[in-house]
Order: sequence, then structure tokens, then C-alpha cells
Amino acid sequence: MAEGSGSLYDPRRHVRILSERVRDVSSVDYPGHFPGEDHSWDLAKFTENFHLEVQRLSQRSVEFDLVGVDASIANAFRRIMIAEVPTVAIESVYAWDNTSIIVDEVLSQRIGLIPIHVDPRRIDVKSEGDESTDRNTLVFNLDVRCSRNTKAKRGATADSELYINHEVLSSHLQWVPQGEQAEVFEADPPRATNPNIVLAKLRPGQAVKMELHAVRGVGKDHAKFSPVATASYRLLPLVVLNPDKPVPKESAEKFAACFAPGVIHVDKRSGKVRVEEKNLRKDTVSREVLRHPEFEGCVELKRIRDFFLFHVESESAYPPEDLLPEAIQILRGKIAAIRQATEALLDEDQTMDSQDAMQTD
Amino acid sequence: METPTEEEWAQINKPNWRGLGLTDPVKSVEDKWLLLPAFLKTKGLVKQHIDSFNFFVNTDIKNIVKANNKVTSDIDPKFWLKYTDINIGFPDRNESGISQKRLTPNECRLRDITYSAPIVVTIQYTRGKNIIKRTANIGRMPIMLRSSKCYLTGRSEDELASMKECPLDPGGYFVVKGTEKVILVQEQLSKNRIIVETDTTKGIVQASCTSSTHGGLKSKTYVVTKKGKIYLRHNSCHEDIPIAIALKALGVQSDKEILLLTAGTTDSYKDAFATNLEEAAKLAVYTRQQALDYIGVRVKINRRVIGPRRPAWEEALEALSTIILAHVPVNGLDFRGKAIFVAMMTRRVLMAMDDEKMVDDRDYVGNKRLELAGQLLALLFEDLFKTYNTNLKSSIDKVLKKPSRTTEFDAHNTLLFNGDILTSGFVRAISTGNWSLKRFKMERAGVTHVLSRLSFISALGMMTRISSQFEKTRKVSGPRALQPSQWGMLCPSDTPEGEACGLVKNLALMTHITTDVEEEPIVRLAFMLGIEDISQATGAEIYGPNTFVVNVNGTIVGLTRHAPRFVAQFRRMRRASRVSEFVSVYTNHHHKAIHIASDGGRICRPMIIVDKGRPRVTAQHVALLRKGSMSFDDFLKKGLVEYLDVNEENDSYIALYEDSIVPLTTHLEIEPFTILGAVAGLIPYPHHNQSPRNTYQCAMGKQAIGAIGYNQFNRIDTLLYLSVYPQQPMVKTKTIELVGYDKLPAGQNATVAVMSYSGYDIEDALILNKASLDRGYGRCQVLRKNATLIRKYPNGTYDRLADAPKDEYTGQTQKKYDIVQLDGLAGVGERVDPGDVYVNKQSPTNANDNTFNGQAASVPFKNAPLTYKSPVAGNIDQILITDTENDQTLIKVLIRQTRRPELGDKFSSRHGQKGVCGLIVNQEDMPFNDQGIVPDTIMNPHGFPSRMTVGKMIELLAGKAGVLSGKLQYGTAFGGSKVEDMSRILIENGFSYSGKDMLTSGITGEPMEAYVYFGPIYYQKLKHMVMDKMHARARGPRATLTRQPTEGRSREGGLRLGEMERDCLIGYGATQLLLERLMISSDKFEVNACQECGLMGYNGWCSYCKSSKKVASLTIPYAAKLLFQELMAMNVVPRLVLDDA
Repeated sequence: MAEGSGSLYDPRRHVRILSERVRDVSSVDYPGHFPGEDHSWDLAKFTENFHLEVQRLSQRSVEFDLVGVDASIANAFRRIMIAEVPTVAIESVYAWDNTSIIVDEVLSQRIGLIPIHVDPRRIDVKSEGDESTDRNTLVFNLDVRCSRNTKAKRGATADSELYINHEVLSSHLQWVPQGEQAEVFEADPPRATNPNIVLAKLRPGQAVKMELHAVRGVGKDHAKFSPVATASYRLLPLVVLNPDKPVPKESAEKFAACFAPGVIHVDKRSGKVRVEEKNLRKDTVSREVLRHPEFEGCVELKRIRDFFLFHVESESAYPPEDLLPEAIQILRGKIAAIRQATEALLDEDQTMDSQDAMQTD
Repeated sequence: METPTEEEWAQINKPNWRGLGLTDPVKSVEDKWLLLPAFLKTKGLVKQHIDSFNFFVNTDIKNIVKANNKVTSDIDPKFWLKYTDINIGFPDRNESGISQKRLTPNECRLRDITYSAPIVVTIQYTRGKNIIKRTANIGRMPIMLRSSKCYLTGRSEDELASMKECPLDPGGYFVVKGTEKVILVQEQLSKNRIIVETDTTKGIVQASCTSSTHGGLKSKTYVVTKKGKIYLRHNSCHEDIPIAIALKALGVQSDKEILLLTAGTTDSYKDAFATNLEEAAKLAVYTRQQALDYIGVRVKINRRVIGPRRPAWEEALEALSTIILAHVPVNGLDFRGKAIFVAMMTRRVLMAMDDEKMVDDRDYVGNKRLELAGQLLALLFEDLFKTYNTNLKSSIDKVLKKPSRTTEFDAHNTLLFNGDILTSGFVRAISTGNWSLKRFKMERAGVTHVLSRLSFISALGMMTRISSQFEKTRKVSGPRALQPSQWGMLCPSDTPEGEACGLVKNLALMTHITTDVEEEPIVRLAFMLGIEDISQATGAEIYGPNTFVVNVNGTIVGLTRHAPRFVAQFRRMRRASRVSEFVSVYTNHHHKAIHIASDGGRICRPMIIVDKGRPRVTAQHVALLRKGSMSFDDFLKKGLVEYLDVNEENDSYIALYEDSIVPLTTHLEIEPFTILGAVAGLIPYPHHNQSPRNTYQCAMGKQAIGAIGYNQFNRIDTLLYLSVYPQQPMVKTKTIELVGYDKLPAGQNATVAVMSYSGYDIEDALILNKASLDRGYGRCQVLRKNATLIRKYPNGTYDRLADAPKDEYTGQTQKKYDIVQLDGLAGVGERVDPGDVYVNKQSPTNANDNTFNGQAASVPFKNAPLTYKSPVAGNIDQILITDTENDQTLIKVLIRQTRRPELGDKFSSRHGQKGVCGLIVNQEDMPFNDQGIVPDTIMNPHGFPSRMTVGKMIELLAGKAGVLSGKLQYGTAFGGSKVEDMSRILIENGFSYSGKDMLTSGITGEPMEAYVYFGPIYYQKLKHMVMDKMHARARGPRATLTRQPTEGRSREGGLRLGEMERDCLIGYGATQLLLERLMISSDKFEVNACQECGLMGYNGWCSYCKSSKKVASLTIPYAAKLLFQELMAMNVVPRLVLDDA
């Protein structure tokens, strides 16, 4: 385990947190960096170091540890989750009637941003110039008309009492199955993930009537296709106390207050401080401790370079735990594409070589 | 520092002043700033305009009519017509047979009509032998919004909403022909006051006084030195009059008295003045009669009525009593008051000659008066009313001249049909801004301006603007410099850059401008308080020790020997509301004078009165104020606060904070941040910024795109910029809340990372996050009005709207008519592509033919459609069909574009830090912090060191703390949330105290080596957008005359290779490039030049030589050919001599 080593500074594994700067941010475990050391990739070593553990899982978010990979790999997952995992979102809006205060373009933009609960794997990508078919387009209707609530109590002031449909909500989206869609999506009909998003406010007499076409897309084209609210990681913090310079007893509480609650344990009787290893991940690395001169030299702050604490919030049809596998799939697809291209290139080279050889002959 | 021992503590804690120890906190009146919202509630930000207009409409206009109330006839001496009263009604529709008479300002804006009310006079006149009393409507006057004659005044928010009016709109402007017009505040030198100046290079000392009486002429009188002697100078005299002669003419005959009145008993003054007495003796002027004769021959006579020539002395008397120093009253032939005034001017000159420090500063704000809408309208009205009456008189004369009339003459009819001099005069003056009143020798242009509705703040800023009368070209720094006396009155930050710098100013938050207060009661009060009449006093008394001269509005009225007591008593009367709160009184110790001022246009502001070291406003008062049981006026009435004008302010001892009150303190400031105006008040932590940055922000805040009013969707303006998602700033100021900027904001709280990124952020460029833009950051709408009139022509024809024309054969309509519906108008909500027709108007072909032929229906029509010209598609937002005042149908089409920020769009923070978008980056490439927060904007840190906008850094810190604690923070000037508290909140929430976060690069995934300053800053999107500016041309239109490419983006013009660029090419020797740029790509032209005569021919024929023998063809710029022909037209023959033809 990487945690709790208690060892002193190891520039090969640690990112050093100083009061005004960060040091040793880049990994060094690659071939040729240290003379006489072999750092070539080794499956056995990788499997030994690699570790993936889900820390917390809820309906909307997941926190997991990814240990033993390079920052570039972890970052690739993060980037793919934000920008390349496909989702379905509304792309075209056909407005028949919109007398709300919000104008067509803005309402359309707001509608586009509604996360839609539909498995994107069941929808084809609609490329430019493609006809809309039941395979690549979902159709929704939005038909809301506001009216006065005749049964409202006298003296009522709340909009919800006075009017019927005083808000256009994401739950007003009505899926209109096309072709075979009724069967395909029978089990889990497409709808908005969150039914309470306010799209516009209405007053009696105002109405919104629109036809909405949803297609599959990726987050790099538009943020509405991004499946995550946030996908990010941080490195595991490490607090190392200097055994040669213990924290002064009288300021032990102050020392503990410099960290997130629970990170530092203060012994009530002796006033000695110790790092609570299991709570280290709670620390926010506020560097507060480095600000106080009395703690100078008592402690070193570090982060472990290959210990990524991921936090992913899903805001789409994907359950949060599915996002990483999905990202891995996409990354593998990319690798496959590169491998194919490389092999094709190699083949070409070989044929070229042979051609060259033939010519020289 | 060592900790004090117990005894020391005890010593320090010992009560030593009013039961308080040294370490006890001074019990201060907390929240005394609450007086400010109370003040703004009663006075409002633009109250000066409204007060001034109200004063004019309710009081001043009656005085004007009273002064010109009689119309008589030269023909019938028995006839007279008298105005007994005048009243302005409420704005109404000037149409008959209408049930809803009430006219709302918004209807006027939409229908291009004037928000005006009838002027109703009560008249008495003779009809035959009877005297008849009636009322009559003599015209219409534009009404200032939210004045006492406006429907909007005192309405609740609901009522305003039903009138489609914004409750936050300040009012104070006019709606004339549909446009909102502001009469800017004009700054002028004060009238009827003596100003002493020196010209050190010429050694001249002069005292001048501009006299201005109500409705009278303005004239300037000088007392100047010339070669050590003193003269009286006035426009009405050919030459300067020796002062002794002038005084003799004014009735001070004896030299002894002259000396006493001018030099008094001071020896040095006496010595300096003596030569003037010799001068009079040399000119053999000893008596008053001689003096009058002397002056009489030197007075310019402009007599209209030809009559017997008056003797010179009469002319002199006339001039002295009515023209010279006209504001000093002369009762009958008692010139004593005027004599003393002239003597006083002379004495001031003598004082300045003796001590060069005894001069006045014309830039001192106390010597300035602000002229507001009311005063300007009063002048205009007086002029128009006089014209009206002369016209009325002549038309009455015309009728009365007729020997026999069938009916008895009734002047009422004449009055009604006497044209619309008043109506059109007002409308013309306000809509053009030209105040040309010959009668008052006034010729001013640019008095009114169109109210800028770019943003709420720009409109508000315009209402507080003051323009100076100084010319912009003069290279003097005095009037432009910041004056110490403008503290608290005029905003030190809000002034434009460039030529109008320092000349255009803005009012501070608490400033009020006075209106005229009647003078007589004040004079009476002064006498009751024991002053002695000046005309009874001799020079020895006036200049005696402990004697102070009492002036009321510049005229000397009396003396007092107990100046401090008099001033204190006068103030007590004012604080007890026995005189108007806007009357000021102050002592000038240099001149030994007490000045009481009640004239209009003085700048003043309220202050808390301090008595015996204690402010009169106590915590209890503030509590009552908070509860709402006391208003600002109650504070005034109770004598807790009072208004001080600049002169009185500078005679007071004002404590900035309560803990700095000393026994001599007379007043306490209400709040220090009120020295800033409404626009500068938006800046958070302005006291931490370099001063010019605040000035830059004041200019830029007016260009920010935001919300402009609650009624913004009910307006059809020529050009309107709106933000889609405006946010109130995280870091507010008290001013923001007071002016309502939090309800009508212009900007968004962007999460900013202060770091360098990609090199596309150099020179203040900003990096924007693409995902933020997708989600709506910086999105704005541009609404543009396109209007057309459906005219009726005098020949009986009319314009018409037609549906889209169908092709004769196919039956299809052209694509550009796609959105035109059957009524000839585009449907609301339709997308308009470039080139589309949205109003298919057709005009008759003979519209300009004025002969009526009765066949209007059969006239052929030609197309005159409105086509959409912008390069980017828009949507039809609104279409308005209405009619104007003269029954023309008016169609207004509002076309909307919704824009998302793009490369090159301009943004700015609230600290004068503007920048354009340099790069739009995908979210995954942006850096992120431990929480996964990605910035909306990346700002380059190089923007900080040279700009020194520390306020921006603190704004970020406070904003971040506010976000974390879920509270809005305050960045109010000289106060606001403290950095220390902000840092504490950050630490409590697990952030670094410094506001710097550890970021991870979105590209490499590795942590960044530096901590990055990271948090929300309020960013404004400015109206300068690339879409409105981008321009390029390969080929295109050319000007007809020169055949060169046209100029300017609007005409799809070329980009000029100017002289300096040309010089570079010449220097480099790129001849072919020069030829190509300046001729081939511009206006090349083939000419035929005859080698025989050197003139130009055509088609290979020289029409001069009548031959084609030696005609050569060559290419020259068309402009050159044009020049040759123009030279020939003025008889200069240019000949083309070719080397190698």
C-alpha cells in the first residue's frame, strides 16, 4: 500500500508541496531517466502496483482510487469522460409557438442542456447530411400552456397556486416514439434525467409548443453532450512529521487545526501529535501549516504522484460507475485505431522496403 | 512587544473621559450610513433634475408670466388682455374624441410622439365693454419623467408595471418625438459675485462681477488696474472710467469719502489708491454732475425709439442705474448701495494689489453654479412666451385695425388660433439641443443629449453628468484639475479620458443642487438678527475692526459687529426650519464678510451636525429610521442633519469618522464612500486601486452589456444590447444596492484563474472555457430597430404593404420573400437571413408629383422593401404598427441577434482591466483544482504589476470567500469586507489563505508547479464585438466621382494604403507594388493623350488637334484624369508629355 509509509521524502513517488511552489510534479519512472536502472514497462510490476478501489458510490456520483498509473493515463480517462463519452441531447428545436418571456434561441439553448435519460449505445451517430431515422433521432414534444387556476384560494400569492403550468419544466418533455423505437425503448422510455429543471416561466395565456429532436454527440462538440457534471481527480495528500522536530505541545491544537478535521490526532494527555493515516485523504492541502513560523521544519507536505482520487458526477443516462469502463472502452478503441494505423504504416514500410530492394536489384 | 503588567492595564482601563476608559470602544452611531438610503429615497439620484423642473413648472413659470402678463393693442387703447395664472396639466393625448386621455411615457417612446402636457392660462380681457375671465390652452410643454407633472411619480411598482415602465428607471429626462432626451447639467461661474483675478505677466488685477437679474440682461462689470490706476470697465462704455469718477457719479462726491469707502483706514491701500483721486482731479471732475457728464459722453447709446436727444448726464444715470451692475438694486435715485458695491470691488482690487494671495480661484467649486433643466427651460419659456405675446398682439392689432367688424372682437379666439409657437419651440429646442435665444443673447448648441440606454449604468451616469462651459481646445489645466473643494460633491473618478477630461464631471452620490429660494425673507431675517443697514454706514464703519459685511446673494445688505453670534443665530434659525434648509451662511475672514446664499445651482450635500463633540444623530435616531418611523426629512426638521454648500462646507470643521471628532468639530460625514458617484460606486475596493484604473472603469462600465430596465422587452430602441444571463456581483458595494445595480446588473461572476496559458493570452487577452460558453456565459442579444413610414402623399396616393410577389410562370415566390406573410410583414419569430425582405413596402411611382389627379388607385407602384443587411441571420422580435401624431402609419420592426462570445470579443473586469478573448479552450484542456472546478476565464498575471489593481485581487479573494460561505461580500469604498476575514473563511473551508489553489494541468494531467490565484471575479462583456467590426474586401463598390473604392465598413469599403504606408513602399523601392496598390487595384483608367498638344482625347482621336495621328493610350489613375479636367475648368492647361509613346 502506498499509504502510511511514513518514510521521508521520495522524489520518485512524491510531489513536494512547498509554501510557494510545487516540486517534482513529473513522473520519472521511465526508461533512461536513471542511469543503470531499468524502468521499462513490466506487466508483473504493473499488476503488483495497480490498484482500483471504489470509495463511495451514490446514484449520481462515484469516488474511486486509481493507483499505480501514470498521470497521462489518469488524465486520459478524465478527458474522455468529459469530452468523448457520448450521450444524447436535444440538437434541433422546431418552435411552433413560444409566447414565453424567453426567446426562441435562448429557450432552445436551455432545452439543449437538459440531460436526457436514454442509453446512448442504442442510438446511432447522425453525421452531417444524414437523414433523420428512428435509429439516430429521438423526438420529444414540449407542449405547455399556462392558465389561471380557478380553484385557487382567495388571497393566494404563490405562483404555483395561482396558475396552472406556471413553469416549463424538463418533465414536460414528452417522448414521441418513432418507428421501432417504441419496442426498443419499451423498458426504459427516454425522458429527462432530472424532472425539475425550470426551462421558462409562464403566465396565463402564454404557451410553448415545440418539437425537439435529440441526437447522439460528444462533449467536445458541445458541453450539453458531456455525460459528467464534473470528472476530476486529485492526488492523495501525505503529511509527514519530522521526528527530529516535534510539534510544540502548546500549539498542538493549532497544528491540528491547520489540516482538515481528523487528519491530525492530538493526544490529549501528552499533547503529542500524530497523523491519522486513514483520514489523510480528507485533507484539502490548504498549506495553512506552512504559514506559521512555529511549525517550520516540523512537517512536510506531499502528494503521492500515482495515487489518483477520482471524483465523477454523472449527469446523464450512465450510472456513475459505468463512466470509467465506458472511457476505458473509448481509450481502447483509440489504441486499436492507432495500432491499426501503425501496423498499416509498418506494412507499407515493409512493402516499400521490398520495393526499394527490388528496384535496387 | 512586552505584555503590560496588571497595573498598567488598570491604569489604561481607568475611566478618564465621560466614564469611558481608553480601551473601551468608542460608542459610535452604527449604521449611520442608513441615512444614505433614506436620503436617496426622498431625494433620489436624479432629484436635482426633477427638483429643478418642478420648481420651474410650479413656481418659476408663474413668475415669468407675472412679469409679462399684459398684452395691449396699439390700435385700441381700451383693449387689454391679462394673464392672471398659468398651470401645466398632466400629459394627455392631444387628440379629440378619445376616452383614454392619459398618455404614458412608454407609448410616446413607441409611437415617436412627445410626452407633453397642455399649458393652460387663465386670462382676463376686454370684449367690448365687458371684462371676461376664461382659461385657454396656449401650447404644450414636454414633461420630465417622474416630475410632479408626470404620471409615474409616486406610483407603486405594480402601477408602473401596468404602464410598462421600469421602477428602477431614474426619470429626469424627456421623451420628445419618441427619443429620450436629457438636458445635461451645465457648469457656470456664479452670478452676482465678485471674482478677483490677477494676470501676473501683465501685472493686471481685476475684479469682475457678472450681473444677472431675473429675466434681465446679463452683463459683466470689471474694476481693473491699468498702469497702477483703477478703472471701471463695462461693455456699455467706450472707454474705461477712472474709478474715482465712477464713484463720484454714483453720488460719493468727496474725495475723503471715496478714500474711506475704498481704502478704509489701511495705509497701504490708501497709498495705492491716492493716484486715482489725482486722476479725477486731473480730468477736472470734482462734482457728481461733472462725473455724470464725463460718463455720459462715453456711454454707448442704443435707443430704438427716436425721440429728443437726452443730455449726457441722463444717459449716464440711465446706464449706471440699469445696465452697470444691474443686480444691485437702485431705489429711485439712491445709488448708495451700488456705490458701496463698486467701492467694495475696488477695495478687493486694492487688497489683491497689496497681497497677491487675496485673489479668488475661479475653479473653486464654491464659485460655480450648476444650471439645470428647469433654468434652461425657464429661459426658453420666457423667450417663447414673449414671442407668443408679440405675435398675439400683432394679430389682435390686425383684427382691430379693420374698421367694421360683424361680430364683437373676442381675443380668446385669436389666442387659440395663434399657432403653436410654444409647442414647436419646446420640441425643437429639446430635440435639436440648440438653445438660441436672441432675447437673452444665448446661443448654445448641444444642450440636450439622447439618453444612452446601453446599460442601466450608462443611463444613470448620464443623468448625473455635468458639462462645463469651457472650450475643450484650450490648453489650461486649471479647470480640468481635481479641486480639493469638490470633495463629496463631484466624483473624483468619473470623468472621460481625452479632450473632455476633467471638464465633464459627475455628481457624487449625496449631492443635491439647490433651486432658488426667495431672498426678501432672508434679508428681513438678517435685519431682525441685528445687522445694520449698509446705506447708513460710512467707510470707517464698514472697514472698522470686528465689523463684518453681510452679503445676501452677493449684494451687500448690512454690517454686523458680532459676526460669530450672527452666523450662529442664523444657523439656528435654519436648523429650526425657519428658513429653507438650502440657504447657506458662512464667514469669509479674509474679506471680513458674511455671505448668505439662497440662489439656485449651488452644490450641497447633507452632513450630521456635531454639538459639543457629540453627533446629534444617535443610535436611537438610527433605530427609528430603520423602523421606518423617521424619514430623512425628519432628520432635517429636527436639526440633526443639515445641507452644507461648498462655501459653508469649507468654513466648517468636518470629522470623517466619529472617533476623530475633536472639540472644534462642527459636522460629521454621513459616509465616506459617498464622495464617489453612482458609476464609480460599482467598483469593489476602489480605494485599493491605482486611481486612473477607477476612471477607466467608469468609462467602461457604461459599455457593459446587461439588463437595462424591467421594461426592456417592451421597448423598441434603435440599438439595444442585452445580456441573456446577467448576474449580480458576488462582491457588491453599498452603492450597488442603492442604485439598484444588483437588480439590473451588467456582467457575470466568472471563475478566473490568474495564470499564463498557451501564449494566446498576451497583451491582456483572455482565455475562455468553451463549455462555459456552451452553457451560456457571456451570451448576449442585440436588438436593432428598423422603422418605416407608410406615407400618404399630397397627390392622393399612398404607400402600401403587399404580399410576396409570385413568379408569373411557376407561381413560386422568391426565396428572399420567404418570411413575408400576406400582410406584407415578416412573421414574428421568423429567422431573417441576409438579404431577406421583412417589410414588403411599395410606393407609388409618382409620389413626388404634387399634382392631384384623382386617380390614386390606378397609379403604378414600385417596390421599396426593407431588406436585412447584416451578414449574420437574426430573428424578428417584435413588429409594431401604429400611427404618429400627424396620422402617418409607422411600422417598427425589431430584429434580434443572439450572440455567443467569440474570438476578439471584448471583456472587462470592474477595475479598468479590459481584454479581448484570445482563445476558446475546451473544458478538458483547462486546468482544474482539487474540487474539479474549471475556470471560465484565464487571465494573464502580467496584467497586474503595472496596473496595480489590488482591488481586483481583493475582489477575487472576497468573491471566493463569499462563494464558500454562501454570502455576498461587500467591497464598498473605504470599508467593505476585510481581507483578513476573507482569508479566515478560506482557511475554514480548507483553502489556502492566499486564495491560491493547487491546479492540475488539463493537458498533461500533472500538477502545476505554481499555485494559481483562483476565484470568481465579476466580468463585464463590452459592446465592442468582432461581429460588428469584421470587414474585408476583395472587390466592391466604388465612389462615383473618383472611381476609387469607397470608404468605411458600412459601405463595404476598401482598406486604405495611406501616406505613411506609401512612404514605406517608396523607401523600400517596391515600385510595382506601389503601382498595383495605388492605381491598378484602385482607379486605373485608360486615357488617350495626344502627343501633339498634350491634351486628352477619346477613342484614339484628339478633338483639339482634330487628328488621331499622335494619340497614345496610357493608364493613369482616374483621380489624375479628374484633376486634369478640373484644372482645365479653371483655365489651367495640364499637358501630358510622354517620354516613349
